[in-house]
Amino acid sequence: MTTKPKFAMYWAASCGGCEIAVLNTHEKILDVDANFDVVFWPVAMDAKYHDVEAMEDGSILLTLFNGGIRNDENEHIAKLLRQKSKILVAFGSCACEGCIPGLANLSPVGDIVHTAFNTITTDNPNEIYPRTSYDVPEGELHIPTLSRMVRPLEQVVDVDYFMPGCPPESHQIAAVIDLVIKVVKGEAELPPKGSVIGCGDSTVCDECPRARNVKFIKEFKRIQDVAPVDPTLCLLEQGIPCNGPATRSGCNARCPQAGAQCIGCYGPAEGVMDYGARLITAFSSVIDANTPEEIDHILDGIPDPTGQVYRFNLAGSLLKANREVWKVKG
Amino acid sequence: MTDQFEPTIIGFTCNWCSYRASDLAGTARMKYAPNVRLIRLMCSGRLDPTFVLRALSDGADGVMITGCHPGECHYIEQNYKALRRYLLLKRVLVGLGIEPERVKLVWASAAEGAKFAAETTAFVEEVRKLGPLNWGRTDGGNAE
Repeated sequence: MTTKPKFAMYWAASCGGCEIAVLNTHEKILDVDANFDVVFWPVAMDAKYHDVEAMEDGSILLTLFNGGIRNDENEHIAKLLRQKSKILVAFGSCACEGCIPGLANLSPVGDIVHTAFNTITTDNPNEIYPRTSYDVPEGELHIPTLSRMVRPLEQVVDVDYFMPGCPPESHQIAAVIDLVIKVVKGEAELPPKGSVIGCGDSTVCDECPRARNVKFIKEFKRIQDVAPVDPTLCLLEQGIPCNGPATRSGCNARCPQAGAQCIGCYGPAEGVMDYGARLITAFSSVIDANTPEEIDHILDGIPDPTGQVYRFNLAGSLLKANREVWKVKG
Repeated sequence: MTDQFEPTIIGFTCNWCSYRASDLAGTARMKYAPNVRLIRLMCSGRLDPTFVLRALSDGADGVMITGCHPGECHYIEQNYKALRRYLLLKRVLVGLGIEPERVKLVWASAAEGAKFAAETTAFVEEVRKLGPLNWGRTDGGNAE
């Protein structure tokens, strides 16, 4: 029997990028193995849910939970891992705020299934849809039932820490791993419960080297329609909707440094209650127009305002989902 | 008592004009719909769109934002900022399935008590026609 503290990592409604980001810590992953007993990590090793169910409550020291809660299987495992873990971390944007899968909250679940199984790209003349249970000679088979909306982990269980990013930057993951190992050895203390870890407490703009002047714009443009993009000037001031002003720092302004606009994957900056609202304020502040007609004309340059300001944060926002989604009976 | 739906409206007023317009409407004993709950801000430019989203998600059926007429802002130009936010916010709300008519921007000077009263009543009637918003406050997962 090993006496090392136990570690688990799980993926719910996510893409797997968070797991790749953990592997991207390179040799740091060996520190995880040296200091922890990895008991459950579906993407990396074989383990069954009943193995987790058999564990003692609170016996896993650290669980990194990535992915949002999209179906009843996700919800079951979230509750199970909460029960079995001392420290539960919402790891990555999906678990923190819904992320890209959270944009599905713009459509009722029936529409999502229909789009996936019966559209121009999926020929389905016999209207065959997946069923959640099916009788076969060997018994009854079940697949998970979709919930009516994607929920961040915090809306389902109590969460100890939040680690944002899509995915979290590997140097940030390495720093958090180092910290937890120090805590295990008694050399450091954990941050207060509920802290957002592995990131900064300011905005992407604060880390962005581009020059900001007080400038107003007459037109919003998609970045591919701007030629050439000035490599040193603030993107928002070039009319490119850049989500930096509302987004938490921690990535070293990676996208703006590479010539692309920030899309907001690190979630709301410290103190921001609603990410989209903050971004509405930021975009409005650069518009150079005072009449409703002219302002509206400039706003036409943002073709999908809801998707633009809630690209990563819709499920974690104040309104959480489209009104039609709320109306769906579970 | 009737069974008529009474909308809950949150109204944000500017300290220097529209709040005084509502005050004037009150002291002049003008009648207007009692559905609006006023929150005084120093300026319509103080209106963070978060306030509107919070109101709608917490049970308001409509939100009225009021400020000084364009060009007459006590802080020179902040009401234009309110206007820009308001127009973008409405576009975002449409994407979330909320009728844009549930949020209204009204300019009212301190002398326009009658206009304030009339606009409030007209807005209440408009929201009444739209019906309750009843923003989801239940569990976002499966109803159990």
